[in-house]
Amino acid sequence: MAYSEKVINHYQNPKNVGTLDKSDKSVGTGLVGAPECGDVMRLQIQVDETTGMITDAKFKTFGCGSAIASSSLATEWLKGKSIDEALTVDNMDFVEELNLPPVKIHCSVLAEDAIKAAINDYRVKNGKEAIKFEESVVH
Amino acid sequence: MFIDLNKNIMLKLPIYLDNNSTTPMDPRVLEAMTPYFLEDFGNAASRNHPFGWKAEEAVDYAREQVAKLIGADPKEIIFTSGATEGDNLGIKGVYEMYASKGNHIITATTEHKAVLDTCKHIEKSGGEVTYLEVKADGLIDLKELEAAIKPTTILIAIMYANNEIGVIQPVRAISAIAKKNGVLFFTDAVQAVGKIPVDVNKDGIDVMAFTAHKMYGPKGVGALYVRRKNPRVKVTAQMDGGGHERGMRSGTLNVPGIVGFGKACEICMNEMEVDTKRISILRDKLENELMKLEEAYINGSKEYRLPHVTNISFKHVEGEGLLMGFNKNIALSSGSACTSASLEPSYVLKALGLGDDLAHSSLRFGLGRFTTEEQIDYTVNAISETVLKLRDMSPLWEMYKEGIDLNSIEWAHH
Repeated sequence: MAYSEKVINHYQNPKNVGTLDKSDKSVGTGLVGAPECGDVMRLQIQVDETTGMITDAKFKTFGCGSAIASSSLATEWLKGKSIDEALTVDNMDFVEELNLPPVKIHCSVLAEDAIKAAINDYRVKNGKEAIKFEESVVH
Repeated sequence: MFIDLNKNIMLKLPIYLDNNSTTPMDPRVLEAMTPYFLEDFGNAASRNHPFGWKAEEAVDYAREQVAKLIGADPKEIIFTSGATEGDNLGIKGVYEMYASKGNHIITATTEHKAVLDTCKHIEKSGGEVTYLEVKADGLIDLKELEAAIKPTTILIAIMYANNEIGVIQPVRAISAIAKKNGVLFFTDAVQAVGKIPVDVNKDGIDVMAFTAHKMYGPKGVGALYVRRKNPRVKVTAQMDGGGHERGMRSGTLNVPGIVGFGKACEICMNEMEVDTKRISILRDKLENELMKLEEAYINGSKEYRLPHVTNISFKHVEGEGLLMGFNKNIALSSGSACTSASLEPSYVLKALGLGDDLAHSSLRFGLGRFTTEEQIDYTVNAISETVLKLRDMSPLWEMYKEGIDLNSIEWAHH
């Protein structure tokens, strides 16, 4: 299966690979997927508490090229967005931007889940309630 | 193209290390085939003119070449379209021919799909199949095999060597058990014939499927060995037609393909020893270098293994992602199945008891006659670099390095 040029670019030059201090109150961490399924994504956001803006985002991913590209793209998109804006990112945005084929849609779902998990982690850490999301259907 | 193995040749990309899926044709094979597409195009079944005679003569000669490689009589060779057909004809053919004796077949979980799906088909039509588990090294347990035999057992179908991990089954011990119990022994020997010595008499094989394109011959032609003496074995034809191949396989013979198959067998016969020695040195080098990486594991028995195959898991790196780091330049396959809807990794690796994580992290290397040391050096570098790069990017690797037990984490399974 041939990958799209955008997936290859992200794979070769992934953006924002790294780790933020997960014990920091301003950092939200989302860890989704499972080793047995061949995909694990860890997405972290750093949030400016006063403005609610995402100032930094980092990822580490175990998975195929599409999973790596989706998480790399997610960090790019999240930086500079507010939490509310970040919540509007949809898995289909990844599919479109990266031209993911149907067999790789689960990678985009995982990226969306990772964003939501990171935001919820941040919310819970800061005394807010976790947002309940509908179960994603495509995995 | 002739490659002088003693001279350094320029490294040409991409490098082919997927010889278990298919091999390039040896130029000498193509050379032998060419006339049979053009001037000598006759139908080997045409008895009344020189075109037919010439084709028949060529097929007879190839039949001898093929038979010789496996220590058989030429009359015991049935030409087929390949090993999938051979597996079907061999297993279904025995099942139908020996229906009055029983309906039970014993096979193993690590067989090729062509064998497993044939067995599933037989189960649907009323047969009974026992699927033996394999041990952690990929070998079947002979005691379990013996215990699985019952009065209705007519066939043991166990592969000679595995396509994913290269593990060689104890064929002689299996055939001895079969013989002792009056059961026929079928083996899918696709990966073994032409690579290691296979002798149907010494090995005690009754029926055996193999194919040309895994041994530097053309695609679309294979053979089924069917024993004629001690015991005389018959298989029920699976296609109706002109009664070719002693009535067991109808259909106009693929003369150029068969000629190429014969030539490929002859070359393997003459060069196997030298080839094997050279290739196993390269395989060992590749393996030893890659095993220098942390958390790398060889899958399957190292002792009972084809000389040109290795299957290695690089923990905490996903196979398909790993391949992407170099698959423009190196052709390999992975036990990961990230592209399939089920996301299920290799059933062969899982049968060894590997966790899904390790199965997802595996690469299969199949070296071949045209593999060079330069290619191996390049491959070692490219893979090592990619593994390190992806581990830097892997959350699992980070947790492993922090001493976190990955099994203690509650993963979101989907």
